[in-house]
Amino acid sequence: MSDHAKPVSGSRRIDFDALSFRIVMTGIALMALVLLVAPTVVVIWVSFTSGYSLKFPPPGYSLRWYAELWNAWQLQFAMMNSLTVAAWATGLSILLGVSASLGIARSPTLTAKVLDSLFLSPLVLPALAFGLSSLMFFSMIGVPVSPLTLIIGHTVVSVPFVVRNTVASLAQMNPSLLEASSSLGAGRWYGFRRVTLPLIRPGIMAGGFIAFMASFDNVPVSLFLRDAATDMLPIRMWQDLEGRLDVTVAALSGVLIVVTIGLMLVMERVAGLSKRLT
Amino acid sequence: MAATLRDVTTYDLKLAAPLAAGFILFFVTPLVILLALSFQTDPQGGHYGLTQYVAFLGDSFSLGVLGSTLWLGVKVTVLTLLLGYPVAWLHQRSPAWARGLIMLLVLLPLLTSVVVRTFAWVVILGRQGIVNATLAWIGLIDTPLKLLYTEGGVVVALAQVQMPLMVLPIITALSRIDPNFADASSVLGAGHWRTFRKVILPLSLPGIVAGCLLTYAAAITAFITQSLIGGGQMLFMPMYIYQQASTLQNWPFAAAISIVFLVSVLVVVSIFNALGRLSRGYANA
Repeated sequence: MSDHAKPVSGSRRIDFDALSFRIVMTGIALMALVLLVAPTVVVIWVSFTSGYSLKFPPPGYSLRWYAELWNAWQLQFAMMNSLTVAAWATGLSILLGVSASLGIARSPTLTAKVLDSLFLSPLVLPALAFGLSSLMFFSMIGVPVSPLTLIIGHTVVSVPFVVRNTVASLAQMNPSLLEASSSLGAGRWYGFRRVTLPLIRPGIMAGGFIAFMASFDNVPVSLFLRDAATDMLPIRMWQDLEGRLDVTVAALSGVLIVVTIGLMLVMERVAGLSKRLT
Repeated sequence: MAATLRDVTTYDLKLAAPLAAGFILFFVTPLVILLALSFQTDPQGGHYGLTQYVAFLGDSFSLGVLGSTLWLGVKVTVLTLLLGYPVAWLHQRSPAWARGLIMLLVLLPLLTSVVVRTFAWVVILGRQGIVNATLAWIGLIDTPLKLLYTEGGVVVALAQVQMPLMVLPIITALSRIDPNFADASSVLGAGHWRTFRKVILPLSLPGIVAGCLLTYAAAITAFITQSLIGGGQMLFMPMYIYQQASTLQNWPFAAAISIVFLVSVLVVVSIFNALGRLSRGYANA
């Protein structure tokens, strides 16, 4: 359509211009997408190796390292700990985070704005510095590190994801719906349960999901706040990798990737995950 | 009447009290203690002064670690922007099914465990890894190249690990641009490159600034990737803090390094936030 507006003599130059622009942009984008996926594909690929090392290409293919996972009790133990801590941290984050979001989301006061920045600040502060400072705090008040201190630390770094997503959902909610329900005789609690909660539920779920993944994956806080008996999965895997390239870790990574993709697709369906992240 | 109407649409600020109390006790107080401890002159305590900061700022090794960490963040952010912007651009102009696929590819690294992602890079960059195996197979090299434990390796791995943080805000910014602007620019005779440079790029600046902020903050604090890909020879701030605190048990010095690192991060964040306000003003003008 716009071709009509262009001088005929310039059309060849413009075609070249359009072509070069598209080729460069699409080319870089495809390269970047390959770079984004490559590591995931590579891990799954080598996890099926029949050899003892992560040599590439694998000498043959087998499921032996996946079978080996049944006997890898250290990894299983660490996995159970990580899941337990992540479940507690997520539960606390949702409970405290949703309540706090309700309080601050529609409030115009300065206090609400300050609290909003406070609750989100763990997102930008180096988690390692927070982990170290928490250890100093607990040792100063004489509380030994334990699963409890671990859950507290994880909650602090997970709660921002719940607050961010819940506040965003509340901001998008049409307040006249609450006025309508109230004028029809609904009480505060009934209005919350039947109007507000259903509208912000996808936001809470998306936030809770990301909070869970953030806690499950956390290393810097766990490094300082766990006790010697509480081995956490990412730390266990990290230490296994520092020593030697263990193929069992590759198999476990394969399992984690598949579970993550599955959860992601479910969350996309029920909570519109990608819309909430952009 | 107006007051009662307002009542039903807002919730009591007191609902934020439990989390606020928790944050003051378990987040603010520890940071205050960290700050206080950084002024202790020796690990046994007792005296307070600027000893630790003088030790850090007077030591060329420590300053070097800080400098290389901040510089690493710049390199990662630039590479991530160069690779990530076209991804956001492609997402914006793709049909619905391709958008979903691109989004899945972008989100996947964001949600997979950092250890898993980093582990993949160890496999790719290692002596027997894919890059070396491919180059040897083509016949370009006889002996494996050293890719792991190099700064280049750290930069590439971090760029992949942090790319979603760059792409997502730019997708948001691009989706807010009125497509009529690009049409108008092309009707007025500007080519694609010129339209991109003069119209699309400036209008997407808020997304670029937000993406750079998130990428930079994540890159300089990425403890696992830095230490696994960088190896023992390369020391960055997070590992430096961990070594001083854990291995050497030198808490006051570890606290002082943490504060220096925190302040550096906050300065960078404020600069980006100021740029963000400027760019939003520019994009809305």
